[in-house]
Formats: sequence, C-alpha cells, structure tokens
Amino acid sequence: MLRRIAIVGASLAGLRAAETLRARGFDGELTIIGDEPHRPYDRPPLSKQLLQGTVEPEQTFFRQKDGYDTLALDMRLGVRATSVDLRTRRVTLADGTWADYDRLIIATGARPRTIRGMAPRAGLFVLRGLDDAIALRQALREASHVAIVGAGFIGLEVAASCRARGLPVTVIEALPDPLSRILPQTLCEMVAAMHRDHGVDLRTGVTVSDLIGDARVGGVALSDGSRVDADVVVVGIGVTPNTEWLESSGLTLDNGVVCDGSGQAAPGVYAAGDVARVVNRWHGDSLRIEHWTNAVEQGVHAAENALAGPEASTSFSSVPYFWSDQYDRKIQFVGLAHRHDEMVIVDGSLADRRLVALFRRGDRVVACLAVNQPRALIKYRKLLAAGGSWQAAVSQTGAS
Amino acid sequence: MKVVVDLSLCDLHGLCVEAAPEVFEIGDDGALHILNESPEQGLRPSVEKAVRECPTGAISIEE
Repeated sequence: MLRRIAIVGASLAGLRAAETLRARGFDGELTIIGDEPHRPYDRPPLSKQLLQGTVEPEQTFFRQKDGYDTLALDMRLGVRATSVDLRTRRVTLADGTWADYDRLIIATGARPRTIRGMAPRAGLFVLRGLDDAIALRQALREASHVAIVGAGFIGLEVAASCRARGLPVTVIEALPDPLSRILPQTLCEMVAAMHRDHGVDLRTGVTVSDLIGDARVGGVALSDGSRVDADVVVVGIGVTPNTEWLESSGLTLDNGVVCDGSGQAAPGVYAAGDVARVVNRWHGDSLRIEHWTNAVEQGVHAAENALAGPEASTSFSSVPYFWSDQYDRKIQFVGLAHRHDEMVIVDGSLADRRLVALFRRGDRVVACLAVNQPRALIKYRKLLAAGGSWQAAVSQTGAS
Repeated sequence: MKVVVDLSLCDLHGLCVEAAPEVFEIGDDGALHILNESPEQGLRPSVEKAVRECPTGAISIEE
C-alpha cells in the first residue's frame, strides 16, 4: 500500500514528478524537499533573459503560490536533506525533522564546480540558481569588465548576455576551442568566430593560474603570463551531482545516483534529472544528462514507475535534446554524438551560421545539430527516435 | 478539451510536434500552427505530454 511518497529536490525533475504522481491518481502524502527558499523555478532563462533584464525573477517560477493548492504538497523549502535510511525508509533534514516514505524520488540536481583553492570573495560568481542569477545581474549593472572562466554553454550564454548589456567580456577556456567536449572542431570554430564577431575577447588554450584581489576580485592571472583586469569574474566549468547526502545510504554513487532502466536505484528508490544515471534504452548507455528535457522525462518516468512498481515498470527511452541561445542564434542538438564516425553538413553553411549537421556512427544517424533551423530539427528528431539509418537521413536532406 | 498556445512564448523547440503531431505543426512559414484546437479526449495524454515538455510553458489546456 502506497501512502507516502517523498521527493528530494524541488526543481524541474522533482516538480514534474510531483505533478505526475497527482495526475496519475496518487492521493496519499506527498512531500517535496528543496534546499533553496524559492518555490520551483525555470533555469534556462537565468543565463539569458534574466541577466539581460528582459525577465524578472518572479517570471521564472513554474507556478504561482496558489498554483500549488491543487497538488496538495507538503512543501519543505529552504531546508536540505542530510541523509536517508533505506531500511526504515526515512529522509532526515538539516533542521532535525524528517520525512517517512514508501517510495522515494531523488532529484537533488547538481551544483557548479569551483576552481580549487580559490576562496569565495566579492565579484566572484557562479551561475546555477535564481539567487546566483539575481546577484550576478546586480553586479553587472555596475561592472566595467567581465571575465568568464569556461567556454561551455553557461559561459558562452553569460558572455552573450553581457555583450547584450554592452559590457566588455573576456572568456577564458583551457581547451583549444569553446564547446570542444561536445561538438566537432569545425562547429566549435564557428561558435568561436560568432563570439569574436560580437566583440568577445575569447582566449583559448589558457588556464587561470590565479585570482587577483583578496576581499574583492580585480581580475585573473593566466597561465600564459597575461592578466585580465575584471571586476566581475564568472566561473562556468561544469557541475558536480549533489550526492553527498547519500554517501552513507548504501546506494551506488558513481558520478551520480546509479539506476537501472526503470530509474530505480534500490527497491522503492528512484532518481531523476541531473543527479541521476539512468540506463537509456535509446542509446544503451548509463549517462548523467544535464538537459532540461531530460529532467522532465525522467521526473515523469520515475513517478510513473514508483506508482506502477517493479513488475509493471517501463524502461527509460529518450533521444537527448538540448539547446542554447546565443545572440540571434539558436543552437539545437538532438541525439548523442560521442564516438561518431562522421559529421556532414547537409543544409546551410558554417559561413552563414545557419545549418543542419548530421552525425553518423556506423550505418546509423545518431545525432543532429541545427543552427537557426528548427523545422529541420523536428524532422531529424523523429528519424532519430525511430532509429533511422544514415541512408534514410541523408536522403531526407532538403525535403524540409 | 481546448488547446491554447501563447505564440509570443513559442520558441519553436518542436517538442509538442513530436508529442502530439495530430495537434501541432510547424508550417512552411516557420511558425507553430494548431491543427486541432479541440482535440478528442483520446489525444489528451499526448497533449498533456506536449504541455509538460514545452520548454517555454507556451501551451495550456482549457477544460
């Protein structure tokens, strides 16, 4: 008998899990625990519209306050879960209270990595949560030069937002190109050229050797001996899954909570979103995925399986999707390109910065990247979901 | 069930087209079109999927 379900993590995956449980008829006690004081909000606008000033913090909330009445949640915000006892089925919180459960959904997300040995100080920022974004936006109002460490999606989106505010920006990246962990070199070079054309001082192949300024940042010293003066420094060098509170739980933790294809980490315990490693039937691997749509899909999936039980559980299958908005370009990516054999631009061009690129592995199409080509992306997403052949993909070229 | 889209929010991610192709389409003009504003109840699960997967929250269902 299912009477109590606890969800730890009150962001997108946790919220979608709660909504799904109620939509599927669960009418027992539903507790959702979040360490931030805010009710659930949407993260993608933080690095873009919120920093640029076109969206206010209140507009990022998924639901207004009274929008939670119908969900009838025991919402515990501003308090961190500190441990879980799988045997007694109890989550303990930092304020000494607890939540007992028959099913547990773990959706504690991830937090930004910081540069080792560089203590927090005024002017030094990361960007993950609403409070981070509000503080950074406030600092940008008075900034004269921004240095961004890391040319991943967060760093590049923040760079574009700073340029939209007219601020001088230097981006520092250790690898030879931006986004080079994710995209093939030609596409990385296109992204680099786009940022340079918008006035970003992009420095690649260098690392930060020191942060200048003690109480307040004055800039960064780089490994090539140069120095960038900046009164705002933003570090965007990836994230770490929030699993420390689970260390004594007995759950398998390895770059996230390790789950089977049903999203289950242990009997009655599920995980979803940025913190989870769920076997994905579509590509067969167990990866930790930090995308918005993944949090939705896994939150829903975990909730459905928590109600269905192991006998009736479904296995997770999804074509990964992410997007990034920078300047007037929308970069959309669907599929999984790691270990691809070939990338072919089938429509548009690098020079136009409007293109469709397909990725081949063996005789299959495994991914599609589109820049300002949303219709094409829809077409190839459908083909990817169906496990389409490379032949079928390239023969669809131009038929959009 | 009545499907409502705030086109000022639509960002053309196309996830609704995948979830409910009977209801949503991106047309030759590059804009989102609602093919059927009052879909039958049988389509409710796929329209609900489109609602919860829309990254900009542009879609809603009015009973």
